[in-house]
Order: sequence, then structure tokens, then C-alpha cells
Amino acid sequence: MLYREAGQFKSSYSADMAMFPIRQDRIALALLLVVAFFIVPFVASDYFLRAILVPFLILSLGAIGLNILVGYCGQISLGAGAFMAIGAYSTYKFTTGVHLPLDWFGTEISIPPLAVLPSILLGGFMAAIVGILFGIPSLRIKGLYLAVATLAAQFFFDWVFIRVKWFSNYTPSGSVAAPELNFFGLVVHSSIERYLLCLAFVTVFAFIAKNLVRGSLGRQWMAIRDMDIAAELMGIRPFYAKLTAFAVSSFMIGISGALWAFVYLGAWEPLAFDINRSFQLLFMVIIGGLGSILGSFLGAAFILILPIFLDQVPHALGIPISVETISHLVFIIQGSLICYLLIVEPHGFARLWAIAKEKLRLWPYPY
Amino acid sequence: MKADVDPKATMTGDVEPGQVMLSVENVSLSFGGVKAIRGVSFDIRKGEIRAIIGPNGAGKTSMLNVINGFYHPQEGVITFKGRRRSAMRPYIAASQGIARTFQNVALFKGMSTLDNIMTGRTLKMKRGLLSHALHFGPAKSEEIRHREAVEHIIDFLEIAHIRKAPVGKLPYGLQKRVELGRALAMEPELLLLDEPMAGMNLEEKQDMSRFILTVKDTFNTTIVIIEHDMGVVMDLSDRVVVLDYGQKIADGTPAEVQSNQAVIDAYLGVAH
Repeated sequence: MLYREAGQFKSSYSADMAMFPIRQDRIALALLLVVAFFIVPFVASDYFLRAILVPFLILSLGAIGLNILVGYCGQISLGAGAFMAIGAYSTYKFTTGVHLPLDWFGTEISIPPLAVLPSILLGGFMAAIVGILFGIPSLRIKGLYLAVATLAAQFFFDWVFIRVKWFSNYTPSGSVAAPELNFFGLVVHSSIERYLLCLAFVTVFAFIAKNLVRGSLGRQWMAIRDMDIAAELMGIRPFYAKLTAFAVSSFMIGISGALWAFVYLGAWEPLAFDINRSFQLLFMVIIGGLGSILGSFLGAAFILILPIFLDQVPHALGIPISVETISHLVFIIQGSLICYLLIVEPHGFARLWAIAKEKLRLWPYPY
Repeated sequence: MKADVDPKATMTGDVEPGQVMLSVENVSLSFGGVKAIRGVSFDIRKGEIRAIIGPNGAGKTSMLNVINGFYHPQEGVITFKGRRRSAMRPYIAASQGIARTFQNVALFKGMSTLDNIMTGRTLKMKRGLLSHALHFGPAKSEEIRHREAVEHIIDFLEIAHIRKAPVGKLPYGLQKRVELGRALAMEPELLLLDEPMAGMNLEEKQDMSRFILTVKDTFNTTIVIIEHDMGVVMDLSDRVVVLDYGQKIADGTPAEVQSNQAVIDAYLGVAH
């Protein structure tokens, strides 16, 4: 690397346990945030903001959420799309007012329409609650069997949001339009505003995720992932560790679902959150790097940018290539890359990046 | 290393040194038709090093698994610190002060040495999800306090140089040491060591023996050790229990056990 930790001595545990112990990393991150918040909105084109950066940020958030569950806690989940849908539809219900008659109990639940921000957070909480419910089987079953249980969540909620008209406020077509994005009087409408909104959410939750995984809870998750029997003998309750992972993961995925629906799509139908969305998030996590926050961003960038790259580059080079071929090429490249990474480097791009940094520290000498 | 560690955790509690801390009475454990342990009784006294030896398949590791709640015996009574124990989950045994290491190293391979040992502090860390999310104030100071305790253990075990290294890539002897550190981080009252010296060379065995004796002396930890190296067992342990085919065949000081005919027969075989 161009820089290293040489000469930066830590004199307190606090400094040693900092999120980015190397000074240059901190500077780089600060620069990145400054560029993302203050320069990109004015430089990037409308198309770039709306069609690339906004979905990239939202899906990064989803990938971070899924990475907590799959990468850090080792519980395979194929239900990410369902939790995005729960976040989206719950937010929609909270913004339009919840009215649920409970005739059996002689009562009813009635909540007046809420503002957008609390609705999004409540949407996340609803996803977290459902995540905990679907996480309970993980206390008994592991690996592929758990994947099947979460797959059940995916199909169940696909069905629920299509068939139970209450969730879409009885619109005849079943599709739903998001209300105006009003944040305390500030209406988010233009691409720049949408981008900044997503960026703010992702920044906050990426820091929260990083804090969680480097603390006691994160160690409990990783202990369960690496050796669950030993973890239990160390006093870690599998019940607590697994269900908190499900809750935090579903919360973040739910928030990303709400953003996807409200900020990116604007109007959507249940198909927006079908199993392909689950796979997309899972591929991001696998390609980007299991157990890495940085990897979630790398994976999201790769999965989103690869189709655009394949669309643009051959044209720019004057290679005649049909649209169908490109869409097939995307599948071929993604598929083979996932196979390659699973065999050669299960920790994905994030690990490749770390290895590259290690090698560059010594370059050009082998050791 | 002595004074800085939380004194409460090393206090004897209700058991005086030399008194029985844990007793196993008439315990039997079987898996289907296989009887792993048959009616074994022995006790462990506070502050001693108690060895469990026996040929392969004698039921030694099963015995440890029974003690820390991983297996539930079909018959028999286990009393820990005067309280009779019913079937319990391993994490409850851990919260009562029982720590252990494993025959095949069971470290968390994706984590660094430091994180592995920090995991041993889990039971002592009380901050919840939300304060961890912010990593500020109480959660941070708690983390720093426990980091300090862990650094003492790292110093003691002489593994400061591999503090940040992922444990999966460490040599075997060091992995065993990290595993001991992880168990020590729990500040246990009863430490179960399952073949801590398996596969080590002489020098590593000497180091490990030194650590075990220091742990016993400075923390007043009661230690149960399973080991195949008879030299180590005879030198370290205060009392030895010998198992063979799931039954206890001898119990006593190293010298007594060494001269016991049943033990010699079990190890060397006997003409039928």
C-alpha cells in the first residue's frame, strides 16, 4: 500500500480499538464522505445519481444487513427479499395510517398516518420482529435446512402481499404508490435529494453495523459462526446471539426495502421483492465478502455496475453485441465468479483487497 | 497479572480450599447401546489439580462433557459448590464458573487472537445492543476495561506478538495456548483441560505445564486435566482418577495410582 501503520504507536486501548486504527484510513474515509456528500451531488449527472448511485446505496444497506446474518453470524438466509418487502409495506401502511379491525377481540388497532421518517424506522422494526420469528428455527436447524426455512419466509410473504389486499390499501391493480417524501417539512423529490437521503441512511447504518461487529455482540455472532459448541461453552447463549443477528439484519434489510420502495421505485408491486431480490443480495454478500462491511459495498457495486459496464464498454469499443447476449453475459460472469470465489476465496473481494494490501506492503520483495 | 484481575472472580465463594467443590456420584452415560460411563464417582477439591487418565475410549472426554453440561447423564448426581445440578445447558455451566479447553482445538478460526480471548469475557460484559451500536460511553469503557484484563492474560501466556493474527493460521502449539487464554479470560473457578499437551514437543509441554501451575497458584483455580503424557500427569496433579471402559478403576495420589495393579493391567494389557 502507499501507506502503512509504521510509526503510528498507540498509547491507549481506546486508540488501538478505534474503528480505523491507521491515520491514513481515517483521512481517506473522511475525504470519501466529504466527496460523497458535497461534491458528487453537484458533479454527477441526473441519470448517474438516480439510476446508479441511489440503487447502489440502498442495496449496499441491504447487503450490510444480510452480511450481519450470513457473514458474521453464519446463518444462511434466502429470505432477504421478503424482509425488504415487509419494510416497504409496513412503511407504506404507517404513512397511510393503520386501521385493523379486530372484531374477535371487540377492539381495533387504529394508528393515524405517521411522518415518513418514523414510518421507515417502524418498518425496520416490523421487519426485525418478523426476522426474529423466522429466526427461531435457526436454534434447531443449521445450514441448508435453515436456508429452506428462510426460503419459506420469502414465498409466504410474496403470497401475503399479493393476496392480502389490506397491505396495498385495496388498490385494484395491487400496485402501490409511495406518498410524498416529507422529512419535517423538507420534501425529497429531485435526484440529488434522493441520493443524499439514501447516503445519510447508509452512512449511519454502516457505522452502526461496524460498531456492532467489533463489539461484544459481534464477537458473539462470529463465535457462533465459527464454532457454535465452543461458543456455548464460553457462556454465549445461542438463543440471544442468533436472534439478535436476525433482528439487526432484518431491521437493516427492512429499512433498505422501505428506501427501495419509497425513494428508488416510487410505485411498486410485490414482484419488486421476489426471490430474485433475495438472490441478488446474497450474491452481493458472497462476491463482496462474507463477514465484511466493506465487502457489502464492493459486492453491491459489482452486481449493479457489471450489467452497465457490459452494456457500455463493447459499444464504446465498437464491438457489435446484441442486448440479449449482454444479459446472458451478465449471468455467465456472475455465476462463474460466484463459483470461483466460493472455491478459491470464500471471503470475496474484501479479502482479495486485504491480500493485495498485504502484498503491496512488501512489494517488490517477496518478504 | 495478579492484582489487576477482578478479585471477586477468583474468590472461593462458598467453598473453602481443600473442600469438595464438585462431586460426581454414580454417573452413567450411554449413547443408545454404547455405555460411555458406568457408575463413576469421584470428587474434585477446591484448589487442586485433578487428573483424569485412562486408555483411549475410556470415557474421559465424555466425563468432562458431563461436567460442563454438554451431555446429560442418564443416572447419577453431580453436585457443584454444594448445589445439586439438574440437566443444564453448557452456557449455564459457564456462568457458574466452569471453563474448558478442547482436545481438538476449538478456537473461533475467523477471529484474531485478541477477539478469541475477548470472547471469554462475554459473560462479564453487560452492555446491550443499542449501546454497542453507538460504541460510545459505557459500552466503550466496558470494552476498554475488559481489553485490559485480556492484555494481562496475553502477557502471561506470552502471545503478545500474535495478538492481531487470525488464529486459523497459527501453529498448533500457539493455538492451544490461545485456547487456554480464552478459558482463563472467563476467570473460572473450575478449569477443565482436555489434553492441553497433545501433539506438543517437550519445550511446549514445559511451557504449558508452567502456565497451568501458575494459574493454579495465582488464581487459586481448580483444574481438571486429561492428559496422556504420564510424566506430566504425575508431576502436575495432586490426585488422579483412572477410567477404563467407562468405569473407575483407581483413584488416589499419583504414587498410589502408579503402583495400582488394575491401572498397570489397563495400560499394559493382561494375559487372559
